[in-house]
Amino acid sequence: MTSDSMEAVADPRADEGDAGRPARSRPAEVLQEHIVEIVSDSGEGAQRCGQSLAAIAARSGMGIWTVEIIPAEIQPPPRSVAGASGNRVRMAAGPVTNIGDQADLVVAFNEQVLLGRLNAGEIKPGATILIESGWQEDMHPGIVASYLKVCADVRAKGYKLYEVPMGKECLKFIPDPRKGKNMFALGMLCAIYSLDEEAARAQVRYIFAKKDQRIINANIELLDAGRAWAEENLDIAYRIPAPPVTEPQVVMNGNAALALGTVASGMEVCAMYPITPATSASHYLSAIFEKVGCVVHQAEDEISACCFAIGASYAGKCAVTITSGPGLSLKQEALGLAVMSEIPLVVIDVQRGGPSTGLPTKVEQGDLMAAMFGTHGDAPKVVMAVSSIEDCFHSVITARKIAETFNMVVVILSDAALATAQQPFRRPEFRADWLAPPVNQSAVPEDAHPYDWDERTGIATRFIPGQPNGMHCLTGLAHDRDSHVAYDPATNEEGLLNRSRKLAALQTTLRLEPVHGDEEGDLLLIGWGSSRGAIQEAVDRLRAKGHKVSSLHLKFLQPMASGIDTVMKRFKKVMTIENNWNDPLSDPLVTPDNRRLSHLAMLLRSRWLVDVDCWGNSRGQPLKPGEITAAALAKLGEVK
Amino acid sequence: MTATMTQCLTQLVQTDYGMTDYQSEIEPRWCTGCGDNAILTAMQRLCRDEQLPPEKTVSVSGIGCASRLPHYMNAYGFHGIHGRALPIAEGIKIRRPDLSVFVTTGDGDNCSIGAAHWLHAVRYNMNMVVMLHDNQVYGLTKKQASPTSPKGLTTNTTPFGAALNPLNPLTVTLGISNVSFVAQVVDWIPELLYEVLHMAYKHKGFSFIRILQRCPNFMDHHFDNWMQDPARTRILTHSDGLRLKPELSRVYKKQETHDPLDMPRALALAALTDEVPVGILYKNPEVPCYDELRAGERPSTPSLVETVLNEEFDKVGIWPAETAEAGR
Ligand SMILES: Cc1ncc(C[n+]2csc(CCOP(=O)(O)OP(=O)(O)O)c2C)c(N)n1
Ligand code: SF4
Ligand SMILES: [Mg+2]
Repeated sequence: MTSDSMEAVADPRADEGDAGRPARSRPAEVLQEHIVEIVSDSGEGAQRCGQSLAAIAARSGMGIWTVEIIPAEIQPPPRSVAGASGNRVRMAAGPVTNIGDQADLVVAFNEQVLLGRLNAGEIKPGATILIESGWQEDMHPGIVASYLKVCADVRAKGYKLYEVPMGKECLKFIPDPRKGKNMFALGMLCAIYSLDEEAARAQVRYIFAKKDQRIINANIELLDAGRAWAEENLDIAYRIPAPPVTEPQVVMNGNAALALGTVASGMEVCAMYPITPATSASHYLSAIFEKVGCVVHQAEDEISACCFAIGASYAGKCAVTITSGPGLSLKQEALGLAVMSEIPLVVIDVQRGGPSTGLPTKVEQGDLMAAMFGTHGDAPKVVMAVSSIEDCFHSVITARKIAETFNMVVVILSDAALATAQQPFRRPEFRADWLAPPVNQSAVPEDAHPYDWDERTGIATRFIPGQPNGMHCLTGLAHDRDSHVAYDPATNEEGLLNRSRKLAALQTTLRLEPVHGDEEGDLLLIGWGSSRGAIQEAVDRLRAKGHKVSSLHLKFLQPMASGIDTVMKRFKKVMTIENNWNDPLSDPLVTPDNRRLSHLAMLLRSRWLVDVDCWGNSRGQPLKPGEITAAALAKLGEVK
Repeated sequence: MTATMTQCLTQLVQTDYGMTDYQSEIEPRWCTGCGDNAILTAMQRLCRDEQLPPEKTVSVSGIGCASRLPHYMNAYGFHGIHGRALPIAEGIKIRRPDLSVFVTTGDGDNCSIGAAHWLHAVRYNMNMVVMLHDNQVYGLTKKQASPTSPKGLTTNTTPFGAALNPLNPLTVTLGISNVSFVAQVVDWIPELLYEVLHMAYKHKGFSFIRILQRCPNFMDHHFDNWMQDPARTRILTHSDGLRLKPELSRVYKKQETHDPLDMPRALALAALTDEVPVGILYKNPEVPCYDELRAGERPSTPSLVETVLNEEFDKVGIWPAETAEAGR
């Protein structure tokens, strides 16, 4: 039902005023954006509900961004504060680039998971809450009491609470409401946000496409029932006016985009070892890679995965290995081999909280230094960071090209926030030049050497097994132009120089992206990776209030494009915004002499001798525009 | 592909490779009397006899004295990192069935730091020949105990004698799922070294050869008991295994007809401690090979990539209103 038809419905109780009337009987309130959370015990399908809501909203032309709400444990006890599992969806009339600050509306399947989100400060004061009301009839008096107390507290604090008999309504259609309540909730949300009925049914058919027709029908019944119930019983109805979709788009999460980017890049071998939050990229790739004649190899560990990929690259086209922090650590020795022997390789690191096993499911931008300097000795690699879902797709293609042009290791840094965040973007149009050229098997000229380093670029054309006359022994030992082991100082330095020179050659081709905001001002925020949208939104908010704040976002971290210093010097203060650790100056032991800084801040300071401050945190959560705004305001206080 | 006419012609004419065609310009730098020399020669002989094009031959190794071997072959070589020769070789082979892959590894390389890869490589059963140069010591790093060092061996890390019983590479390999070829040979009987290597090459699958290799530098006289007393060498013969020439048969009188498909007997032979069994312990050509299982039904082509990408995009597509119906 569209909002137009909704407005046209005859209003049977026209004299009662708006409040308390069923939504369908009055016009939907128009919003520019809303943040919705759906939380449940894990296994109750709240994530699927959220993802579907987002997909339906995106199809109607809204901007969306989603993030998964993940419990700390794989199997948390049911009805526990720590067990909240679900999805947050930010929907807006225009493009959305981040997850926003606090939720406006929450659907909670029990009061404990709701408490979890309230305690975490994720819910806006006065927000609308829809809660499963079945608990008040539970056979355990403790549960009933807990439910009633939370409801009373929440009301007292000014939240707008709706108690919804979701389970009871679902029982009319299915024997076990735990398996279907999420579709009922989806139906309610579609009604609340005036989303197209048929689009919602199409989404349900899509997610259950592999199931038999009975299951699809049952879920559509639940969806329709949720919608009908909301229209009958709720007095809230919103409409987020979306501009019409003018060009084909796709909506997916970051890991799916990385997987599709891998296919589009023409790489033919992916070697990996399962690790959260990178695994879903390999899952998706496994499902489609063989269709294009390619292989995902699940190796026995990350060391093996990396070596396997290096072997595959050596014998043909550049290969990729996908991992997360602990896996990146294990790969480091092999990465050094690829650097030393100049074998192209793409490494995708979907960062999680560290060190050690750290926060496996949560986000952190903590691997930048490890990606750049994690290998012993001087091991120059290219490091780039992705900052949107679309960027995930295209960056793999770029990375493969750089790896093969320069015979280098290219590390792509994504993170747990992008891994599961969904965002629509322009549907990529396939281009044959994305793909790698066929493996060169032509004869090598008699006088050519395996390391004929070009004087200007440091690049040497590699010889691939099968090429006549190209026989040589690749080695991780120091070697000369013939790949002969050589320990003499001059030869060693020649190799070092050329491997390093390739980074410089690449650097000359890089362009800095434009500053977000004015080219000069009081404060420049610099970020990298997934926090782009949140930083830019913070800048927009501050600029709307008249503050002279701008931001710069870096895609290439190694090498970095020229011009960063020029931009920095046009601002009175410069501060990086990073989702990683830095020592708080409020700590009595911390002084400027011992303060440990965020990664990018250290890099910028050392290269350009600019007094770069840093702000960030390692809370395992994506940075939010609100907290960045506050941090920037505090920094602005230092501007004289 | 873009070879010049002359290059094509030279290739056509030069079908006859000799021993020297497999020798690189680098002289082997192993110690005099080192068993690695004999293994290199056997490998070069094999390449010559099989007329393997050097550009289609890849010799992969880890790190150690033995692992220097690829530098001495005129072929494509990959001298990798310590313990990781096998995964590198697997990566090379996965999309290149046309390449003959040989792996050289040491007892430390394979049975210590690379042990996990060893186990899984046996299970993958990819087409390659693996030569374990087992000198029962760490050579390159100057005499430390290896997992295969005998109990009591004094080395720089075991000055009072190695504390543990050695790991037996043969029984271990035989015990791994999908094992398809296990042989043992010694560097000091070149004819048999060659024969076993040849059979390993002919076998389709992961052909694992443990080669007892002399290290006169750190393990002088270590194998003397076996070398001087032919009765302590048990030659395994079979119509589908080694066949001894009369000259050798006269020296090595202790022979046993062993069916390479007889796993229980293979395990018993592998566990012998007072004798060295030489020959094919186990050979099963029926075990599926991972490289063939994962070969895929069709080669990757641009149009295939385009089709699959569009299929995936369609599943998550959002269409402009006017084309929505057509899009779905
Ligand atoms: C990661 C790593 N650890 C340690 C070493 C040092 N190292 C080089 S070779 C070797 C042992 C070699 O022994 P083995 O594999 O038996 O080969 P051999 O020299 O006896 O032929 C060691 C420990 C290394 N190169 N890399
Ligand atoms: S140290 Fe031993 S293994 Fe190494 S080259 Fe010398 S003899 Fe051979
Ligand atoms: Mg050894």
